[in-house]
Amino acid sequence: MEDFQLASIIVSTVRNAPVLMFAALAGLFAERSGVVDIGLEGKILASAFASAAVAYATQNPWYGILAGMAVSVALAMVQAFVSITQKGNQLVAGIAINIAMSGLTFVLAQFFFQQGGRTPDLRNARLFDVVLPGTAAVENIPVIGWLYGHLIGGQSVLVYVAFLLLPVVHWVVYHSRFGLRLRACGENPHAADAAGVSVERTRYLAMFVAGVLCSFSGAYLTLVQSGFFLRDMSAGAGYLALTALVFGNWRPLHTVLGCLMFGLFGAIQIQLEGVDLPVVGRLPGSLIQAIPYIVTVVVLAGLMAKSVAPKAIGKPFVKSR
Amino acid sequence: MTKTELPRWATGFVLPILNLMSALLVAGLVIHLLGESPSESLRILIDSAILDPEGLGYTLFYASTFIFAGLAVSIAMQAGLFNIGAEGQMYVGGLGLTWVVLALDAHLPGILVIPLAMIGAAVFGALWAFIPGYLQAKRGSHVVVTTIMFNFIAASLMNFVIVKYLIPEGQQNPASRVFADSAALSLLNKVLPVFGDTPLNISFILAILALVIYGVVVWRSSWGYQLRATGLNAHAAHYAGVKISRTIIVTMLVSGALAGLGAVNSVMGSTHYLSLNFPAGAGFVGIAIALMGRQHPVGIFLSSVLFGALIQGGFDLSLEKPNIPQETFIFIQGLIILFCGAMENFYAPAILKLLNATRTNKGI
Repeated sequence: MEDFQLASIIVSTVRNAPVLMFAALAGLFAERSGVVDIGLEGKILASAFASAAVAYATQNPWYGILAGMAVSVALAMVQAFVSITQKGNQLVAGIAINIAMSGLTFVLAQFFFQQGGRTPDLRNARLFDVVLPGTAAVENIPVIGWLYGHLIGGQSVLVYVAFLLLPVVHWVVYHSRFGLRLRACGENPHAADAAGVSVERTRYLAMFVAGVLCSFSGAYLTLVQSGFFLRDMSAGAGYLALTALVFGNWRPLHTVLGCLMFGLFGAIQIQLEGVDLPVVGRLPGSLIQAIPYIVTVVVLAGLMAKSVAPKAIGKPFVKSR
Repeated sequence: MTKTELPRWATGFVLPILNLMSALLVAGLVIHLLGESPSESLRILIDSAILDPEGLGYTLFYASTFIFAGLAVSIAMQAGLFNIGAEGQMYVGGLGLTWVVLALDAHLPGILVIPLAMIGAAVFGALWAFIPGYLQAKRGSHVVVTTIMFNFIAASLMNFVIVKYLIPEGQQNPASRVFADSAALSLLNKVLPVFGDTPLNISFILAILALVIYGVVVWRSSWGYQLRATGLNAHAAHYAGVKISRTIIVTMLVSGALAGLGAVNSVMGSTHYLSLNFPAGAGFVGIAIALMGRQHPVGIFLSSVLFGALIQGGFDLSLEKPNIPQETFIFIQGLIILFCGAMENFYAPAILKLLNATRTNKGI
């Protein structure tokens, strides 16, 4: 019985993490270019709604993903216009998008579906879990059967995309020409500018990538996890992703580890509900929920490790004359 | 002669109005797409939030909370700190208030319980803001991220405290017991019956008082000068002898206390018990108010009334027009924050051009 619980914790960790991973890697591009992305939450919510609504209307999850992407990219471009071209306050722009989307997605869901701000169940329009070939053959072998059929296999396509993104993002950020420019713009935009890199263009491009990646997070929420859109269903995932980014020091691998840690907390929280623990007794779920945030504050305070943000983050770039 | 900077009347008045108009224009477009008439909606909104005296009472009731939230965010902004945590600070402030009232309302008269409860709210709010302030000042962790974290921690903590300790036995509703009548704030309709049966109470007067004190302290006291100097250029202020880290911590304490006081209006003035999620986003509205009101007392007052009117008018509008639910106004709030906060200088170049053009014309 012990083993079964551990197995289900591992499986649900893997299933919880992609929402955060997509958003955190999206934030990584934005923030490494020097734009603070507090607006992740709003983009997740908007793409979650668009994915669910379009997937339901067309009965095709792929169209849903495309719609979510379009919406998320559009929002990222608004954010980019305000933060880069208008040189406005990036934090304010992000918060504005979060608040606006929290309201608008409900209004539209209510307008189109009249179900109290919910979309109808997607049923067959959800993304299917992939069944790897040969799953049935190894099903009865202990450990391997579970590992192959339920942990490595049996996941939705988006889970694989999330985990494959890590090496890709790592390569792009550290080994590609775009990545070099991206980091230069986030650390020292004036030097990048002097070297002939267009800071504005690089930041716009980074925001575009952030928009695309972030849309998967919303699509995952509706098309894989819940099967419908619900008001404010992102429930702080965007902020938590941002937290993972701070936690991971704006580095892809550490950020993803942070996401997995938060995914683990989510999984444990469900398991711990109502279980008597030694020493502390019964831990209420609401307090377990707070752990990731407390951990982040501790990290931020430099008590565990020092987190150093990109130097130019949050500062609009003004070309010196 | 061409000028490169806008005069004060333009930045303080014309720009905010243009930005607000832009936000409302987008909102109007969305309302149009929802199949309703924007002009008719606006008429219903103004009728029920401003022109109807009882509606106005509700508008000012909501504005009282918003003034405190706006002041909390504004005073931090004066010192260059972006306090996103007003929501959590107000929430925890509500706990301080409730704790005092539950302990004392059976023993002491209202005249003592009410001020003590207000102190409780301010102290708890201040303590909740102290940690992010301390961490920013001493450890260099950014106040924006820590206050966001503290909002979430507050939500979990309050959920735990309310469900575990405050629900009276035999009750299901996640809320504390109802306060004794002595702890209820006096309603203004006793003095001004024109407002009718509204929860508008003396915290509105307290809010006005807070606005005045804020104005005097920020612009007329030496501490206010240090505060603004820190916000404008911390290095220069440090060179001039201002203790930056102390200023940051004290500012966050004051900011948190103001946010905590925002709990007084809704908890002691209206519901008379502490309930789950009672701030309902008022702390975030405070950000919008501070930005739109340019951290100026008059601006904060006007934008608080505007947001109060949006809530009250929006409520009535949603009853009449099922296609425009209350949540539309959350969307409009977001738009206002976007246009008045992040894009505040969107129209500045155009106005500057216009002014310079008229100037040269006169020159001829």
